[in-house]
Amino acid sequence: MTPFHLEVRNVRKSFGRKVLFDAVSFDVRLGESFAVTGKNGSGKSTLMKIICGVLTPNGGSVRYVVNDKEIPLSHVAPHIGLVSPYLNMYEEFTGEENLRLFAKIRGIGVRQDDIHGLLQRFGIFEHRNKEARFYSSGMKQRLKYCAALLHRPALLFLDEPTANLDDIGIAVVREVMREQRQRAALVFATNESEDLSFADRVLDLSRLKIG
Amino acid sequence: MVTPIPYQVFVKEVASEFRTRYALNALLMFVVTTLTMVVFSLGDNTVPYEILSGMLWIVIFFSAMSGLSRTFVTEEERGTSLTLRLLTSATNVYIGKFLYNVVLILAMSVFIAFAYRLIIDDFVVRSSSIFWTTIVLGGIGLAAASTILAAIIAKANTKGTLFPVLAFPVLLPLLLTCIRATVLSVEGAFFSEAFKDFQILVSFSVVMIAASVMVFEYVWND
Repeated sequence: MTPFHLEVRNVRKSFGRKVLFDAVSFDVRLGESFAVTGKNGSGKSTLMKIICGVLTPNGGSVRYVVNDKEIPLSHVAPHIGLVSPYLNMYEEFTGEENLRLFAKIRGIGVRQDDIHGLLQRFGIFEHRNKEARFYSSGMKQRLKYCAALLHRPALLFLDEPTANLDDIGIAVVREVMREQRQRAALVFATNESEDLSFADRVLDLSRLKIG
Repeated sequence: MVTPIPYQVFVKEVASEFRTRYALNALLMFVVTTLTMVVFSLGDNTVPYEILSGMLWIVIFFSAMSGLSRTFVTEEERGTSLTLRLLTSATNVYIGKFLYNVVLILAMSVFIAFAYRLIIDDFVVRSSSIFWTTIVLGGIGLAAASTILAAIIAKANTKGTLFPVLAFPVLLPLLLTCIRATVLSVEGAFFSEAFKDFQILVSFSVVMIAASVMVFEYVWND
């Protein structure tokens, strides 16, 4: 796996006059797992969006260094995968069509076997030809995992990793988290204490002092 | 064969539109309704061709307003804009959606132009080359401005009214030029007489596209 380094320094986010968090700093390297926790509304999902490069912070910096070269946030997409409640699939396309579409738009070649393998792993292979609008919330969550892992990202972001999943789904996700931590790197946001056991380090946003 | 990513975004837009018909249905209904009202309003009255030329571009403009914003509005409404942001760069998204809007508006403009010429007897085009060149260049200019404006208003609460309100002052020079060139086509002018208008239309598109490419990333990302 390509060596990389995610560096977050003094990130601050506010909405109007309300400061959500301030002076958030941490590093994530290959082989590490980092968790973000905090009470509802503390900014876990917001922080995840910022470090994925889809939301601009009000202060601080987020840097990705891959093979000793800094990559601009606007070009970080090939190296990351995200599973989040705010991420939606294209409901007019089937599960398999969504994955093919994502692979094409990412500009990566993916074999049908790889797509089917992911769908089978997450238990939605038999629903692959159904339009995503007919999927349950749990099935959509599983499809999001397939989409996030399609390109074997160096850094996997999980926002509430086990949300909407049954016991079987949770078991698969925890296996993915274990593998990702060994193979590459993992950053996840959760309030589940069992999920937190996967983290090497934990940031509690509720305990940050707002400056 | 690896196809360019903007083309894949374009293909996604086309495939999505065929499945959902978000824009096509709205556009078709608007065009049919508007042209029907125009025909009944005109009745047997003889209307100067300058006014008919202006009316043609009014129909095209408002048809564009009813359909071209959907490429970004639907992404926000369905929550797929974050998905798309994570898949590829802002520039690829802009180019793909711009190409889609060009194809959509050209198809719509050609349909409107044919229908207009068929149903309004007083609208006789004597220079088809000027007429169709104006339709194509005007359509590209409309798409160029509408794409970036659609991205801007997609997150607004009052996007329905905001889009035409923002678009009209931006598109006014383009529309006036298109109307002037259409008048020339009805008068049967030589192609070279319309060169100045075509220069304006091409310049408008170049400026809009260049500006859009520069600012789109800031508009697209929060």
